[in-house]
Order: sequence, then structure tokens, then C-alpha cells
Amino acid sequence: MLHTLNSLFIAAVLAGTPLLLGALGEILTEKSGNLNLGVEGMMFMGAITGLAGSYYYEQAVGTPNGVVSAFIALVVSFLAGSIGALIYSFLTITLRANQNVTGLTLTIFGTGFGNFLGEYIGQKTGGYVAVGEKTKEAFSSVHIPFLSDIPVVGKLLFQYNWMVYFAIALAIVMTWFLKKSRVGLNLRAVGEDPATADAAGINIRRYKYFATLIGGGICGIGGMYMSMVTTSGVWVHNCVSGYGWLAVALVIFATWSPARGILVAIVFGGLTIMRMYINIKGIPAQIYDMLPYVATIIVLVMTSMRQSKEHAQPKSCGTNYFREER
Amino acid sequence: MNKKYKEPLFHMVKRDTISQKEAWRIRIIAFILSLVVGGLMILTLGHNPFKVYQAMVVGAWGSKTVIYETIKIATPLLITAIGISFAFKMRFWNIGGEGQILVGAVAAGYFGLYTAHIFPKVPLVFLMLVSGMLAGGLYAVLPAICKAKWGTNETLFTLMLNYIALAFVKYLMNGPWKAKGSSYPKIGMLAKGARLHKVLGVHWGWILALVIVVISYIYFSKTKHGYEISVVGESNDTARYAGISVKKVFIRTMFISGALCGLVGMLQFAGADYTITEGTAGGIGFTAITVAWLAKMNPYAMLVVSVFIAMLERGANTIQTNFKIPASAADLLIGIILFFMLGCEFFTTYRLIFREKEEQHASYIK
Repeated sequence: MLHTLNSLFIAAVLAGTPLLLGALGEILTEKSGNLNLGVEGMMFMGAITGLAGSYYYEQAVGTPNGVVSAFIALVVSFLAGSIGALIYSFLTITLRANQNVTGLTLTIFGTGFGNFLGEYIGQKTGGYVAVGEKTKEAFSSVHIPFLSDIPVVGKLLFQYNWMVYFAIALAIVMTWFLKKSRVGLNLRAVGEDPATADAAGINIRRYKYFATLIGGGICGIGGMYMSMVTTSGVWVHNCVSGYGWLAVALVIFATWSPARGILVAIVFGGLTIMRMYINIKGIPAQIYDMLPYVATIIVLVMTSMRQSKEHAQPKSCGTNYFREER
Repeated sequence: MNKKYKEPLFHMVKRDTISQKEAWRIRIIAFILSLVVGGLMILTLGHNPFKVYQAMVVGAWGSKTVIYETIKIATPLLITAIGISFAFKMRFWNIGGEGQILVGAVAAGYFGLYTAHIFPKVPLVFLMLVSGMLAGGLYAVLPAICKAKWGTNETLFTLMLNYIALAFVKYLMNGPWKAKGSSYPKIGMLAKGARLHKVLGVHWGWILALVIVVISYIYFSKTKHGYEISVVGESNDTARYAGISVKKVFIRTMFISGALCGLVGMLQFAGADYTITEGTAGGIGFTAITVAWLAKMNPYAMLVVSVFIAMLERGANTIQTNFKIPASAADLLIGIILFFMLGCEFFTTYRLIFREKEEQHASYIK
């Protein structure tokens, strides 16, 4: 029993990491007042470009270095996600298009982009795209001397791939950034009440653009996790399917707090894989799949009932800011 | 020394009014630009863009069989878009079309799969129709009630409902509704006798869709309900001041919105697929949102846009077989076109004024 719980926890962390990354990107975006529903699309863009980046790097040099390859995947997927977010930002911030519709379009576009490029590169290489051993190794679990060898705890905490630690570190940095740093506080002001922030001399446009672009990049990295870790470096058609939306749900469940996001990601990750570990008689596996969404709705309704200001979506989220139309 | 204030390169000014002709000119230019960008993409793949575009059009309209296929894709898209526009007109962001389609299909499926031997065809189809619409409507009313009561965010609520419906369909596929004797999870087929009649090669849903276009246009522009929807969309406070019960309008309109999506689920089940899968909604609920938006919530324009999007989706299959361009290229192209169309609306409401030359400024001062 304990053994099952341990392996469930490990699997939950592994499954929750891309969700956490997607959610962190979206939290940053929403803090600027942009509700970008293109998370799924940006994750697809990051997934294929990260994979392709590593793949072409391996092809270009004879003896690839795993660390370099992983680094390339990280940078490229970040850039791809940001490019998706740039399209979104340009349309919503500069051209004032509707946020919901633009975000959904970005999802359609990004999904097409990912699947199209994945299939296309696969065709070119004769079959499918897969990265080599060196890159795979770079994305497999790390071994930290001493720490990883501690019985049980070492296994539970110190033997994940580097991206897990990257995501957790990012969540902690973001918590500090949003709570303590001046730039972070300004950003929250922009998301809550852009008119007031504008009057206080904050450059609304610049904040919105940067937050959305960096947020999109983080979503892209989350997508790269799907193609590099979840499917172990092989392009699988529709590999992100639904994870981007689950990340959006996670943002709500974590009530827009990056630190709480870490815990919720493990819970959500656990729910997505629980059916493989625990069988409760009478509860079919698909009902587990429902739970994250049901839980999210409950949180959504509860926070609206209590009119909670702290645990709610940034107030201006979803609406564009026109200085002239204040 | 005076610090010289530099005027920005251009600034934006709201247009007073714009003639329809001018607005359409802008839209057509944007549309052509999007095709150019798509063409450049095709060019980098090493194909002739004109030939590929031509193949797409032929692939959608070239023969009777493909025309049927195109209409089969356009019909659910059109009805869903109209359904969603009901909600969008009052600025209620219903992005739960997918879920409403699925529950509609499931409700219709219950009667279609398990009562086909009891009822004759006409009452059975009627039963499927009503149950599908009722299920879709009720599923959509849930977030409307929460929004009306507590102001719960409807965008996120309806979004979550999609995935609950999807998981429920998967549950039915694996468990209670699993087809007898099937080794992998799937729901059985609707009996031949209960399937929707075909009119001119496609199930009669397309006629229904055209009827809905006209009815919804009248509803929006000629009835009291339609007027209330637009007032609520303009401002909730104005509506309240005018004595309109915003709650009532939310709930009533969302019921209609969901019912139309539920109807789509029923049509997909009884007219197109004859079974229910996790792909029954297949992104229609999301694509329909962009259709409704591009058409500016005008039902007639939605007819045009949905047929166009259906053409792209159908044509993508042809370019896959003819040019080995993966069919996902359709999504990519749809995305590009939508980006341009979304962006161009800005230029119909605003115009850019570029910085004037320095000398001219000087002459003004004199």
C-alpha cells in the first residue's frame, strides 16, 4: 500500500509539472489583465519546436551534448510560446481585438502549428521524429549525490528530471516577484485596475506585453515537457490534447497564486494518472478525469459567492484597456 | 535648452463613421493578405500556392460527394455559431459549446439507442430532438444561474463544463453504453430505421439550419427578447434601469444558446455519425465562436463564414492526398485567416494619423 502511494506521488509530480508550467505562464499573463485562452496552442507550439530544436541540433553536430540539446529545447520552446503570445498581444493590446476570441484562435492556430510541423518533419525524416539517446538522458531523472540516496525521501523528492525542479523554482520566484518586487506589484495593479495604474504613471502597454510574452514562453516550456518527458522525445500526434485547458483550470484552483499552484499541480497530476494506481470499486476511471474540472467549478463558484477579492481573477481580466475610453 | 517633445510616428484616432463599402474594402484587403501569408507558407514547403488553393476549392466543391461532405461540416458549425451568438450578444461568454453539444448528443443517444424498438420513427426523432435541446439548454443554464446570482465567471465555468461532458462521454463509452461484443470502448450504432432522412444527399439538418438563420435574425432584430439581449449586452446597469430583469434574460438566453448546441449534438448523432464518440463535438464549439465573431453575430453572415470554414476543412483532406501536406494545415490556415480578420476590425473603427513633417508644423505656427 505504502509502495503504491509512493509511486502514485512520483507519477503525480511528473504528470503535474507541465500543468504547473502552463498555469504559471497563464497566471503571469492574467495578472496583467490578459485572459489568454491560447495556453493549449502555445503549449503545442513549444512542444513541437522544442523537440525539433533538439532534433536538428543532433543532426547538425556529430556527437551531440545532452545538456546543450536540453538547453536548446528550453530556449526554442520559450521563444515559440512567446511568438504565439506576441500574436495574441499585438491583436488584443495594440489592435484591441476581443481577448476570448483571439485566445481561442491562438489555440486553433497553435494546435494546427504543432500537429502540422510534427507530421511534416516526420514525413521528411521518413516516419517519425525522435530525439537521440543523449537528449533523452538529459531529460531523464537526475541523480543528486547523497540526497538521492536517502531511503524513501530521496526517491520521493530528489530523483526527478531537471524540469520538475525548474518548474518549482519558477513558482517560488514568481511568488516572490508578485508579492515583493516593485515591478510585480505594478503588474498586479495593471491587472486589477489599469486606469488607476495608468494615472500612477505605469506604462500599461509595456507591462501587458512583457507579462503576456514571458507568460506565453513559460507555457511553451510546459509544452516542451510534454514532447520531451511525457512522450520521451518522440512526436505523438495531438500530444498536448487538453493539458493546456487543464492548466487554465489549475490557475483557478490555485486562485492565481503560483505557490499554491505547486500543490494543486500535484493534485491535478495525481488525478490524471490515479486510475492506473488505485482502483476504487464502483468509481470508473473516467470519473477521476472529471474531478479536476468539478473541483475547479466548485472553487470558482465559492470564490464568487464570498466575493473574495484576494482569491479571484484580476479584476480587469478579459477586457482591453483603452485610455481614450476611460 | 528646451527638451524637444518628439511626436510619435503615428497615433490612432477613432473614426466618426465608416461607410459599409470602406469597411468591406478593409476586410477584403485583410483577407487577401491572410491568403498571401498562407501562400508564402505553402511556398516554403515547396508547393505552388495557387495550385494548392485551387485543389482546396475543388476538393470542397468539385463533385457531388464532396459538396455533401462540405455541407455536412458546415451545418453543425452554423447552428452552433448561431447558438453561441445568442450568448455573445449579451456579452455572456459561452465557450461551453463543446460540452453542450456532447450532452445534447448523449440525451438524444439515450432515446435513439435504447427506445428505437418502442417508438416509431417520427415520434422517436421528435423525442431525440427535444431531449437533445433540453439537455444542452439545461447544461448551459447552470453557469447562467451562477452568473446571475453571484457573478461567477462564465468564461471559465462553461469551459470547465466541456471537459466534464467529455469525461462523461468517455465513461459511457467504456462502461454502461459500451457496444455489445466490441473489444475496444465504443458506443453502439443507431438503428438504420431511426437515422435522419436525407434531403438532396445530406441529412435534413441543413434545412433546419437555414430556418434557424431566418428565425434567429427575426428574433434578434424584431422581438422584445432580442431587444432585451442587446440592451443587456450594452450594459447591465442600463438594462436594470430600463426595468429589464438581467437575471431572467441571462437564464432565458443561455437556455436557447445551449439548446441550439444540444440540437447540434442530436444532429451529429442521428444524422452524421450515428454514434457518439469523444470526437462528436470535435472542436465545433470552439470554431463556432470564431465564426460567430467574424460574422459580427449576424446570422446571414454566419452562414457565409461557416460554409467558408467548412470548405477549408474539407479542402485540407484533398491537399493531404494530392500534395502530402498534412491535413492539420487547415487549422493553421484557419488560424492565420482569423488572426487577420480579427486584426483588421481595428482599422474599421480607428485610423492612423502619421507624424507630419516639421516644415508643415512651422507653417502652422506662422
